Amino acid sequence: MAIEREADRLAVQGLRAGYGQSEVLHSLDFTVGAAEIVVIVGRNGMGKSTLMKSLIGMIPSKGGTIRLDGVDLGPLPSHERVAKGLAYVPQGRMIFPAMTVQENIETGLFVHKTKMIPPDLYTLFPVLQEMRRRRGGNLSGGQQQQLAIARALATNPSVLLLDEPTEGIQPSIIQELARTLRRIRDERGLSIIASEQVLSFALDIADRMLVLEGGRIVHEDARADVDQATVARYLAV
Amino acid sequence: MLAGYSLGELGSIMAMQGFAGLILFSVFVLMALGLAVIFGQMGVINMAHGEFMILGAYVTFLTSKLFTTYLPQAFGVYFFVAVVLAFIVAGALGMLVEWALIRRLYKRPLDTLLATWGLSLILQQVYRSIFGAREVGVDQPDWMMGAMNITNSIQIPINGLIVMVLTTFIAIGVYLLIFRMGWGKQVRAVMANRAMAGAVGIDTERVDRITFGLGCGIAGIAGSAFTMIGSTSPTAGQLYIVDTFLIVVFGGAASLAGTIASAFAISQARSTLEFFLSGSMAQVIVLLAVIAILMIRPQGLFVLKVRR
Repeated sequence: MAIEREADRLAVQGLRAGYGQSEVLHSLDFTVGAAEIVVIVGRNGMGKSTLMKSLIGMIPSKGGTIRLDGVDLGPLPSHERVAKGLAYVPQGRMIFPAMTVQENIETGLFVHKTKMIPPDLYTLFPVLQEMRRRRGGNLSGGQQQQLAIARALATNPSVLLLDEPTEGIQPSIIQELARTLRRIRDERGLSIIASEQVLSFALDIADRMLVLEGGRIVHEDARADVDQATVARYLAV
Repeated sequence: MLAGYSLGELGSIMAMQGFAGLILFSVFVLMALGLAVIFGQMGVINMAHGEFMILGAYVTFLTSKLFTTYLPQAFGVYFFVAVVLAFIVAGALGMLVEWALIRRLYKRPLDTLLATWGLSLILQQVYRSIFGAREVGVDQPDWMMGAMNITNSIQIPINGLIVMVLTTFIAIGVYLLIFRMGWGKQVRAVMANRAMAGAVGIDTERVDRITFGLGCGIAGIAGSAFTMIGSTSPTAGQLYIVDTFLIVVFGGAASLAGTIASAFAISQARSTLEFFLSGSMAQVIVLLAVIAILMIRPQGLFVLKVRR
């Protein structure tokens, strides 16, 4: 199905990845346009986190290409992918617990050798400015999620990867998170790929939805065409 | 129990043994800092750490010979040149070893134990082939050999003071490097979560290599300090590595302050007890005490209180 959009920013072709001998992702093809939000939905164990990890380079891909603005990221280690414009907010947030909030954000600055945290990051997440001297590990789940996003944005990415951003976060904060993500996209023009199990959140932010099942993309819909019942069936356990 | 000493004599003995303990403490702190930084960052237990220390000692020995032969008028300051050279040589060898050996084994932590142990045997044999199996003593300039008389019965050796000042500077330097400077932020991020540090754009391989070099370089400086309290032989590092491991574990593996506190406690206990008992009894008592404390506090002396 053809979906009209600007030139593709990220193009994934024939991507295969897995752990050891077992293959989890079987030849994935998809693209993400500039300033587009793509949400990948699917049940547990369908390969969402594996996809995210293979995109950022935490696990090596066994085949296929990942092109960002035409450059193949496949052979590059994580930190060089970040330098090319990819950023990653992992499942469980994975902030550095013993470091302060400010230091956590600053870890994202090394890749471009800048020294100062861009002030608009604190505009986006005022709570982080208040807490910048606290240790990251002592923040609440929602605050840690903001910190993980701020740390990723500090690398000045063109594509932001979010793995299950709503996991372990209160419903009221989930809505705020959705607003923040759309705002980041609107203000910075970056593309977002999020994996998600919560359908309402996915519908809230997505321009386009992909359904991942058994390591393959089995369904694709633009936001306007999404039939909730169809997608919900893929998510039902 | 008091072995017939008067209270005043005992006070002097405690003070002098305490000071002797401080020199030992300095060597231990330098050794343990290097080991703790490497273990904390990479989870690599460097069995060859003692040999890096001895490398520093041999570099100090060679520097003293060079100065005697070519620059006798500057012999008084050779030690400071030797410290810098020991750091550079041991650090460079450390980076080479990381590049050639360690980085291939990060996914197999037990194998690094075996590999670095093998490395320690290789280095010992290399030292034996180059410098001979006999101990070499390093000549110290006259002004460092003296002692200061604080009171009639308390004497403090000057070379000990120099070693302590040096150690203090290096400990402060390492602290600043890790907790105040950008470089340390990268080190701590890699320590906390290697994969995630890469995913925020930190070149973890480069951080590893330089950290390993830094740890080995500090061991080299420990070797320079060691030449003042012991004589250098190919296997002398072995005597120190066990105590150093003990210190790192006792202090809590991720804590610099814990490392320093535990080095202090262990070296002072050893040094004070050794005066009254034999060396091996002192070692036994210290070991038992450490085991007892670790049973109560398995994480070591100092632990960061933070949610993980």
